[in-house]
Amino acid sequence: MTQTAADSPARRQRAQIKERTLRTDQWWRYPLVTFIIFTAFLVYATWAIFDMDYFVSPYHAPFASPCLATSCPEEARLFGLAPFGDWYTWPPGILILGLPAGFRFTCYYYRKAYYRGFWLSPPACAVGEPHRTYTGESRFPLILQNVHRYFFYAAIVIGLILAYDAVLALVHKPAGLGTWILIANAILINLYTLSCHSCRHITAGRLTHFSRHPVRYKAWTVVSKLNAKHQELALVSMFSVMGADLYVRLVAKGIVSFPFA
Amino acid sequence: MSYKAKFRVWRGEGGEGRLEDFTVEVNEGEVVLDIIHRLQATQAPDLAVRWNCKAGKCGSCSMEINGKPRLGCMTRMSTFTEDETITVTPMRTFPVIKDLVTDVSFNYQKAREIPSFTPPADVKPGEYRMQQIDVERSQEFRKCIECFMCNNVCHVIRDHEENKPGFAGPRFLMRIAELDMHPYDVVDRKDAAQEEHGLGYCNITKCCTEVCPEHIKITDNALIPMKERVVDRKYDPLVWLGNKIFKRSGSKS
Repeated sequence: MTQTAADSPARRQRAQIKERTLRTDQWWRYPLVTFIIFTAFLVYATWAIFDMDYFVSPYHAPFASPCLATSCPEEARLFGLAPFGDWYTWPPGILILGLPAGFRFTCYYYRKAYYRGFWLSPPACAVGEPHRTYTGESRFPLILQNVHRYFFYAAIVIGLILAYDAVLALVHKPAGLGTWILIANAILINLYTLSCHSCRHITAGRLTHFSRHPVRYKAWTVVSKLNAKHQELALVSMFSVMGADLYVRLVAKGIVSFPFA
Repeated sequence: MSYKAKFRVWRGEGGEGRLEDFTVEVNEGEVVLDIIHRLQATQAPDLAVRWNCKAGKCGSCSMEINGKPRLGCMTRMSTFTEDETITVTPMRTFPVIKDLVTDVSFNYQKAREIPSFTPPADVKPGEYRMQQIDVERSQEFRKCIECFMCNNVCHVIRDHEENKPGFAGPRFLMRIAELDMHPYDVVDRKDAAQEEHGLGYCNITKCCTEVCPEHIKITDNALIPMKERVVDRKYDPLVWLGNKIFKRSGSKS
């Protein structure tokens, strides 16, 4: 134990208050709700990865898009291509889901949410955390959160593919409810992606002289406006992608089968 | 309309102390600092509290009210119910001098550790020419009144005294970001932000933003942009390669 540990002379100079917090509001609601929602999302995603009813023409479940192997139905393949060939026979989601999952896992909003909800570091502001030591993102493994911008680049590609899937659905079944669910999801996913803090930095945040880069500054102002809603977009797009994915699978399984499904 | 409110106020010196109960008159329109002053005037003449402007601009009366870091002068009594017991304690992260007064010299020490604004050597005072859009990001951070509630609430040092030597806290990481974004500051602050001032400790849980009485978006506009600048410098091979190929300095763009 070091000189300045929890019971050090320096620590004892602070007000000695035994209670972990004196907050009287329901501070535990945010971490609890976060824990429940994220756990539900993880459970659903785990099930969806292994569920093989991911395509029913013209709908493609977002958790399994793009399909990159010959084991996918021909219509489901991205641009008709199957770069992974026939050796890959596992569910298509396993191939690509790491990219959007990595984007969300390293996202600045999600970090705040799961550091509070899962790791209790801290569970809420001015509520003592249970850990004896803390190094945060200053060393391995959490220093790896700094790869966020690379997941952002991948998320841009995934967002475009989901938009392409939605356009295909619109072309082939414009009156289908699934088409409009996929369109709404693609819009929300792309808005969430563009509202990312890394995107804000890349557009012009890294510059010191905005006035010398008027186009990039304009882009930064637009992204900054989106960025102010990043938390909301993160949550809404999480529900939308889960909802859209479940809807397509229910149609594929025949559970949802009304005329305009 | 007046009523009698129940207060629990931390009394003590040098860390040792206890919560003392008081019943005290509250009048319409009053704030918590008014009640503390009434306690001084009527029941506890030796109760210590630091205050100055009573207008939310000097940052002196930072305290914890019902467990939340707040300015005493900006916390209206009307936000509490009449039967609520209101607990007032000093900021928990800093050593107590007496009662509600803490020793915030940690913050002054951290302020001194940050190199001051450094313009180019060939630009004389009076010759600075900047466009508004180039400085407005930094101007948001100049609203800071140095109440130090952000540093008080930050769990990196609030819950871990041992992190104090290596962590400047949100207030001074914001100062580093302010200077790094400034068009006329030539000091490269990215390595120091990470290595000396502990930016990596920040896990962006946004408590600093939540408690800021000036509503500065400390996390979104200062800490995260600074983290991204550090990524440019230390963790992004593509930026490093781009700097080499295009012969950019990599410090100020």
